[in-house]
Amino acid sequence: MAKKSIVDFEKIKQELSDLPTPIQVIDQNAKVVNKEAFDSFSDDQLVEFMEKMVWERALHEQTMNFSRQGRMGFYAPTAGEEASEMGTVMAMKDQDFLLPAYRDIPQLIQHGATVTEAFWWSRGHVKGNEFKARSLMPQIIIGAAYLETAGVALGLKKNGEDAIAFSYTGDGGTSQGDSYEGMNFAGAFQAPALFIVQDNNYAISVPREKQTAAKTLTLKAAAAGIPAVQVDGMDILACYSVAKAAREYILAGNGPVMIETLTDRYGAHSSAGDDPSRYRSKEAQQPWLDRDPLIRMRKILTDKGLWSEDHEEELTKKYKDSFKDALKEADAVEPEKVSDMLKRTFEVPTPEMQVEIAKFEEKESK
Amino acid sequence: MTKKSYIQAITDALDIELQEDPKTLIFGEDVGKNGGVFRTTQGLQEKYGEDRVFDTPLAESGILGLSIGLGLTGWRPLPEIQFSGFTLEGVDSIAGQMARMRFHFNGKQTSPITIRSPYGGGTHTAEMHSDNFENFFVGVPGLRVVMPSNPYDAKGLLISSIENNDPVLYLENLKLYRSMKDDIPDEKYSVPLDQANVVQEGNDVTLVAYGAQVQEAQKAAEELAKDNISAEVIDLRTVSPIDTQTIFKSIEKTHHVVVVQEAQKMAGVGAQVASAIAEEAIMSLDAPIGRVAAPNSVYPFALAEEAWIPRKDEIVAKAKEIINY
Ligand SMILES: Cc1ncc(C[n+]2csc(CCOP(=O)(O)OP(=O)(O)O)c2C)c(N)n1
Repeated sequence: MAKKSIVDFEKIKQELSDLPTPIQVIDQNAKVVNKEAFDSFSDDQLVEFMEKMVWERALHEQTMNFSRQGRMGFYAPTAGEEASEMGTVMAMKDQDFLLPAYRDIPQLIQHGATVTEAFWWSRGHVKGNEFKARSLMPQIIIGAAYLETAGVALGLKKNGEDAIAFSYTGDGGTSQGDSYEGMNFAGAFQAPALFIVQDNNYAISVPREKQTAAKTLTLKAAAAGIPAVQVDGMDILACYSVAKAAREYILAGNGPVMIETLTDRYGAHSSAGDDPSRYRSKEAQQPWLDRDPLIRMRKILTDKGLWSEDHEEELTKKYKDSFKDALKEADAVEPEKVSDMLKRTFEVPTPEMQVEIAKFEEKESK
Repeated sequence: MTKKSYIQAITDALDIELQEDPKTLIFGEDVGKNGGVFRTTQGLQEKYGEDRVFDTPLAESGILGLSIGLGLTGWRPLPEIQFSGFTLEGVDSIAGQMARMRFHFNGKQTSPITIRSPYGGGTHTAEMHSDNFENFFVGVPGLRVVMPSNPYDAKGLLISSIENNDPVLYLENLKLYRSMKDDIPDEKYSVPLDQANVVQEGNDVTLVAYGAQVQEAQKAAEELAKDNISAEVIDLRTVSPIDTQTIFKSIEKTHHVVVVQEAQKMAGVGAQVASAIAEEAIMSLDAPIGRVAAPNSVYPFALAEEAWIPRKDEIVAKAKEIINY
């Protein structure tokens, strides 16, 4: 018989798995599961939540359409993540600092960038980075945003500002050492940062289960001493309520918070067109489609007499028309010049660069 | 004027900048109470407090990423990376993020960051502590790489680097830290970035060097003088961007050039100097461009470094070779 071990690792592992259920306000059948939280919203607010999600879904559909027509650059689809993205960003204030990833363009627009600028960004025109929103441009390097978030948050704290940093990454992003370092730094400095992990089940083709043995991604915040919570990422009321509570807690000087939103990316990873059917079965995805954040809000609002199919159709068309206008505006921009790029590489172009600039200016004038 | 070592000159510059600009922040591993593993930040935390000079967790990518965020929020970060080999942990923060901030934002955001880090061989350190990684970073658009060769320049160039609004990788030569002293002004002064320095004038051959190799080149010039060869010694001071005009002007006079560097020969600073000459000033030359550099191997462990690092004699030999071409 095997000797009894001095320590029961299985028990410890089990303890790490015994975690509270994700926070919810309305479930997928549109049943209110937290009445107090639900009752805190006015009818107007409920309608606004729905409108934001319809807007994001329309943006998704229209940009995918533009992509098929070859009129977009790099763009990451967002269908499925409306509650997670809109719910959390609606808890933001103008003075807050946003650190978005490439899939967080809708939040960037909500925070003050224009749709036209988003299209420029997508196409790789620098004008897309001239937005007035208090935000970094969308981050491509997975994990990098978390480090920068710690710095932004520490800076805000040192400035004594009434503001916090909102940072987004994905489930895959939490595997980068940077994400731990960022949270650990923010924790060590008690900096006002809200780390949002949009756990959408896949990092390109790699499922969440392959990213880590950790039962939840919130456990990764535990090591940094940061309170973390899982939220139903298909429930916009829960996403908003938790983000708002987190913001208040952080602003009060309590240090950072991490939120893991359990959501889903319905389609391909990017508009470059990977084929999700190669790594994901329809059956496995169906439960997520059933949990669609728009379905449950639509039902609640319809039952209250605040919403109709016709209204949603009208709204969608209005939004899509505005995106078409934005694309037209984006088309009208002058192409970027190499001489301009050279001019902005340093504050004062070096003598070497002056020569290159003159060379390109001459070329460009022809 | 006070006789000061290279390291004291650096501390001087940091002290002045912390005093003058309340937005400057020094942080890194062991920079606080310990004053840095080489004591470069000695006394600064005591003087300016833990809000301005502080230790971070042990993570280079964290330190460099933090710098970007602090820069974005109006601070002037002066991170220290304990040894330049460890900058590799943070290459994305340096090359992928901070160096392109101004470009990305069309000039509306900057990264006023000066990363300080020791580099260079000859002090028998452990692996990854002596590497000359400037060759990596000179290829990064938007990043300046500054490598002072003496205490006077160390202070003046550091002040210029800190006050510059673009990111600077300021590399401090480990061997020079305590091996030389100069009379330097106690007050603030600056040495301009992007400008090479003609350390010594001459007519027969131009020796282009930077960092600790400037001393070797000066020693070589002394040696050459014994044979009536008059060498002009140029210290690049900033290795990216490179001040090629000063080099071109010199070779119009000397018609011979030897480019010297401590780093491996492959790509990098010397290669860039040689190619700029080949491209634009080849007609000034009477002989091929001479190069003296470390071999293209990984930086050796301590025992082999004496043989590996280029020395005066190699420079003398190369200079004679091209003069007699
Ligand atoms: C440092 C780094 N490594 C790899 C990539 C390539 N890459 C782009 S997106 C992605 C998956 C990211 O997944 P996740 O963080 O879960 O975010 P999601 O795309 O699901 O929103 C990868 C591997 C990258 N951009 N940066």
